Amino acid sequence: MSALLQVPGYDQERLRSVAERLPCREAQAGTLLSLLGEPQQYSYPSVFIYGHRASGKSHVVDVLMEELELPCVAVSCVECVSMALLFERVLLTFFGPDATSLLPRFPSMSDFVRIYKRQRLQSPAKQTRYIVMEKAELLRDGDANLLPALLRLQELVEDNLTVILLSEIVWDLFRPNTGCFEPLQLHFPDYSKGELQEILSKDKHPSYSAEFYSSYINILLGVFYSVCRDLRELRHLAALNFTKFCEPLTEGKVKETDTHKLWRNIEPHLKKAMQTVYIREVSSLQWEQMQQMEEKESGALRGLSAHTHIELPYYSKFLLIAAYLASYNPARTDKRFFLKHHGKIRKTAKFLKKNEKTSNHLLGPKPFPLDRLLAIFYSVVDSRVAPTASIFSQISSLVTLQLLAQVSHDDQLDAPKYKCCVSLDFICAISRTVNFEIVKYLYDFV
Amino acid sequence: MAGKAKVKEAHQLTGDCITQVWISPLHTTVTPLRLSPQTVPSDCPCCFQVQTILRERFCRRRLPAGLESMEAQYKRLLDLLKRTAVDGESNSVLIVGPRGAGKTTLVDSVLKELLDDDRVQKNLLQVHLNGLLQTDDRIALREITMQLHLENVVGDRVFGSFAENLVFLLEALKKGDRSSSRPVLFVLDEFDLFTQHKNQTLLYNLLDVSQSAQAPVAVVGLTCRLDVLELLEKRVKSRFSHRQIHLLSPLGFGQYLERVRAQLSLPDDFPDAPFAAQWSASLQTLCEDQAAQDALRRHFNSSRHFGSLHMLLILCLSRVSLSKPFIGASDLLDASRTILSDSRVNIVSSGLSILELCLLIAMKHLNDVYEGEPFNFHMVHNEFKKFLHRKSNSMYSFEQPVIMKAFEHLVQLELIRPVDGSSARTQKDYQLMRLMLDQGQIMEALQKYPQCPTDVRQWAMSAFE
Repeated sequence: MSALLQVPGYDQERLRSVAERLPCREAQAGTLLSLLGEPQQYSYPSVFIYGHRASGKSHVVDVLMEELELPCVAVSCVECVSMALLFERVLLTFFGPDATSLLPRFPSMSDFVRIYKRQRLQSPAKQTRYIVMEKAELLRDGDANLLPALLRLQELVEDNLTVILLSEIVWDLFRPNTGCFEPLQLHFPDYSKGELQEILSKDKHPSYSAEFYSSYINILLGVFYSVCRDLRELRHLAALNFTKFCEPLTEGKVKETDTHKLWRNIEPHLKKAMQTVYIREVSSLQWEQMQQMEEKESGALRGLSAHTHIELPYYSKFLLIAAYLASYNPARTDKRFFLKHHGKIRKTAKFLKKNEKTSNHLLGPKPFPLDRLLAIFYSVVDSRVAPTASIFSQISSLVTLQLLAQVSHDDQLDAPKYKCCVSLDFICAISRTVNFEIVKYLYDFV
Repeated sequence: MAGKAKVKEAHQLTGDCITQVWISPLHTTVTPLRLSPQTVPSDCPCCFQVQTILRERFCRRRLPAGLESMEAQYKRLLDLLKRTAVDGESNSVLIVGPRGAGKTTLVDSVLKELLDDDRVQKNLLQVHLNGLLQTDDRIALREITMQLHLENVVGDRVFGSFAENLVFLLEALKKGDRSSSRPVLFVLDEFDLFTQHKNQTLLYNLLDVSQSAQAPVAVVGLTCRLDVLELLEKRVKSRFSHRQIHLLSPLGFGQYLERVRAQLSLPDDFPDAPFAAQWSASLQTLCEDQAAQDALRRHFNSSRHFGSLHMLLILCLSRVSLSKPFIGASDLLDASRTILSDSRVNIVSSGLSILELCLLIAMKHLNDVYEGEPFNFHMVHNEFKKFLHRKSNSMYSFEQPVIMKAFEHLVQLELIRPVDGSSARTQKDYQLMRLMLDQGQIMEALQKYPQCPTDVRQWAMSAFE
């Protein structure tokens, strides 16, 4: 805080309120502010701030600009699909609607700079003007000249103007081939565990004590910290699971101070949350519904994964199994798996070593021709099936469902090639429904 | 709008010589205003004034007093432009130098001296174009028209070709009473970008005018590409005078130190003389400090141009405050550390979860074993599982989707990148990836990583197994 309060040229009262609104980011705010200097002074033409998601980049800049009332345009590059939108925003904020109307229909950077310069003559900057670009990595996808021009905009428009770029990725990945004006790089480190605890504890529930909420956060971080350090995500998870945490308390089973019991109650629940709501397998609404459902039918653990819910026709399941086998087994082993009299299986040391190195489950599925798929299909399915149009149409349905992928070109009609695109877990679940032990037939697991 | 009204008024008053009058009232706005220093209010504390003066210098808003180590180039360019401005001779020249070497500063200082001459100031017209702004020749031509204030002359006229239009513009600049034209100076910043325009029409025409004695024109190109002549088409190249000014002066460390001192020193007319004396004394101690010299030498070895120096110095300057009004060696060291720190290491060492770090280590091992062959998610996961298996540690038992999410985060941070050409049809967990970090960066990040578990660290250290 002391670093922040030393910056001269700004109102002390305002700096204090800035510090209050930026918990655990005083040092970064102080550095940034002293770098930008006093409002009347020139500031470095472009500043590049990088740091992980939810490390307070936009928040710090926004709060500084808002509290200190600095002239600033904050633009997210997601919104600005065309340069025209960006120019319009900048001119509108700095010079009012008159300046915007001067822009031609499809403005180029040249038009923008010319209009800016003309307007600047009428209302020169008394203090540094700022353009803040969020998600700056998207600028790379746009016009090749936009980013280098923005970086030296101060020189181009000859005004006291600073462009602040915010991004999650490092500057090295922005630099164009022939180089450009180098911005000043500033790193925002992530919040430490203690800082996360401090910030998260701020949203305490009004009906519970601060210590109680803070102990809840402690448990939450214990589960999630090793996986996720994103403040926003953690906050979301904290809000979602708090009612569950309080449940024994509302039922009167335990007291607030009995941390161990509360922990025993919530820990498996949080672990489950990590496997579902954290990886977005279910939405937070579904998650809340599930929590209520569990209260009614306790113990009944439903399979949450979407994989187990897919319904397929009987033969389609076998077709998929056959496709999986064809994709992950080498063709030369088919004889061994699917013929009654396959002769002697040779498993020499050399053979095994080679096998270990190229496990197909690491390398991914291999393409196979239609004939091979059908041959395996006829041998795994337990009844006699005629090769009718219905079987072939099921193959193309599987392709449409993106469970199979056609690798050969579309115009190759006589011997199309496919690839199986499902995971091992999925195929195991499918084969269980038809009482087929797929693991026995997979070369990698023999 | 106001300017135009003024022009019309002037027109009515004089009436006889249109072009001349049209140019003169707005002429002051044509000259670049970047040179105008802000007036410093003298009642402010010295610290504020120091900040104001030096910040203007570092942001290149104030021209340096002298151009040390560039005198030869300065003289040559001045000589050349003088011949255009005074004698009406056409010229073309390229100024080549790396980014931040002072190309623009050189041109600006030369122009400043040139415009001190009254005759030149009345006569010379300037057109400043920038390859970043004028991305095609149509825009460039409109910009030229605007900068020469000939919009009204051109009006709605339609031209057959680019050349016709340019010749018309230059024709319009001819003086009424004398047969000579006014000299026009074209400054083309980012000259290499103009070579990408279709047929290089603008360059062809400008250089063509400068070759044939149509109107006195000087074309000054600024570029950082040494091979810029190779980019010119043959017919354009043959019209270029092949005059080049290089800003590649070899600079010794002693001169570099002098430059640092010059950049940080206060001007002679600084109002508070005692403070100025103190400031220069502190500067002297800074330049003699061994640690500071070492830090400066590191910078000197990586880049010796103004651009990177200014970045270093403005970071130092930002630490100057009322309570600490001078730059000390520690400020310089801190600033140097900020600039030289590896940004990828920063990203890895702060904010990546332990799971993501483990994945990076697994990728590093895969890179070691398979000599940089690309990998996919399953290989990384397998490597990670091997580690867990060895440790029989349940602390990091995660479901595959959770690990996949961590993996995707790494992709999003562009710490790993999909291999080009691997088809879009492959499943994302089998998509081949490459690690964008080298071994040293991972190890450095691991050193900096707060509370890194010992077994993870050991795993990273162990090379082949």
